[in-house]
This record gives sequence, structure tokens and C-alpha cells, in this order.
Amino acid sequence: MELSAKKEQKCMVIDITGRMDAVSSPAFEKETAVWIEQGETMLVVDCSNLEYISSSGLRSILTVAKKLRAVNGKILLASLRSVVKEVFEISGFSAIIPIYDSLEDAMADL
Amino acid sequence: MEALKLPAVLENLDTFIRLAHSGAATFGLSDKRITEVGLALEEALVNVFQYAYPEGTGLVEVCLGPRNEKEFVIEIIDEGIPFDPLSRSDPDVTLGVEERMIGGLGILLIKKMMDHVEYRREDTMNVLTLLVSKEQADHD
Repeated sequence: MELSAKKEQKCMVIDITGRMDAVSSPAFEKETAVWIEQGETMLVVDCSNLEYISSSGLRSILTVAKKLRAVNGKILLASLRSVVKEVFEISGFSAIIPIYDSLEDAMADL
Repeated sequence: MEALKLPAVLENLDTFIRLAHSGAATFGLSDKRITEVGLALEEALVNVFQYAYPEGTGLVEVCLGPRNEKEFVIEIIDEGIPFDPLSRSDPDVTLGVEERMIGGLGILLIKKMMDHVEYRREDTMNVLTLLVSKEQADHD
């Protein structure tokens, strides 16, 4: 899993590439914690290059969502691949984490 | 059938997953089904890593291969404390962000993605069997 982040006017856009599994997910929590500490409250995650997510990845996203909620912030996900989307749907996460078809849609909703 | 037995630690996850991916690909499952096999195996293994050996470490074995022309089988075997993951009730997937618990989600994913899941206690072993059939390969 690789993360890269770009500061936009209203948010931080995070590009996530690769696999979010039990081994890599803690790194997602760690990296986002740094940005949240720096005062970022709106995180938009571009998932177009996210190939895979397991329940460990969901756990990390939930942890980040809770952290952001506490500071009136939000995590938004955009451009999920079908296999990743399926995991969000089965787990009910698509109802608690905002998901958008495209990065533009997500950013327009901030 | 291929088999691999390694210490039940997170560091070995990738090795097991690679074995499952290549076995499932050789069997002729679709890319989507291969990913689902990998996901089910990760969820099953992470459970073993976390709960099977509360007082130390132990081994976990993964056996996989075709059961017949249509079915691909994956067995996850440990010698840890007796634990039937299928005996737990499914988590409430309708709860909001704050109330949401993550426990049990892995098992739910296994059940939804595999065609059949079975647990048995055999002597000192927990055996979890996952079954995927080829006919389901193009279900979407």
C-alpha cells in the first residue's frame, strides 16, 4: 500500500494505491493521524488504485472516521473498484462512510 | 492439494495469500473470485493469528486445491484453543459510525464471499473449510 497526499483548498486528497490488508492498514491510520494533528479535518480518499480491502482496512477507515467526527471533520471515499465496493456493501460501511463515484463528485460535496 | 505450515503470525500472511492466489488461478477461477478467496483466507488467518494461541505461539496450516472439477477447497488448520468462528452471530451492519463494532465482520465477509464454509474440531485441531465453486465464477 502506498499513500500520497495533496493539499487542496478545502481538503486533503489522499491517493491510496495497492492493498489495504491486516499488514498495511495500520500505516493508513498512522499517516492520517499526522495530518489530523496538523489540523486537517476533511480527507478525500481517491480509491481508484485501491485493489483490495479486508476487514482490517475497514477497521482503520472507521478509526479515522471517528477521529475526524470528534473534530467536526469527515472522511470521504471516491472511485471505488468493484471488489472494494463489494466489501463496503456487505459490511454496511457504504451506509456510514460517504462514497462517491468520482473525486470531483466528492470534492463538490464538501 | 498444496499445503503450507508456518508460525501463526501476521508476518506470514503474504506468503499464505500468494499461495492461495496462485492455486486459485491455476484452478481457473476468475480474477474477482481469486481476490475473494484471498480475502476469505486473510480473514480466517487473522482470526487464528489473534485468538488461537493466547498463551504463546503456534502453527497454522493452509491446504488448498481442487476438490473436484468444479470446486476449489481451502482448509485452515490450527492447534489452538477450540474456536468455532461460525457460532458467532453476525454483526449488526446497520449501526452508525459511533456505535459500530468491527468484531465479526471478517467472518461475515467469509460467509458472503465463499460458497460454503464449515468448521470442525478434530482432536486438538480447529479446521475451517472454505469452498468455492467454479459455476459461481461469473455470478456478476
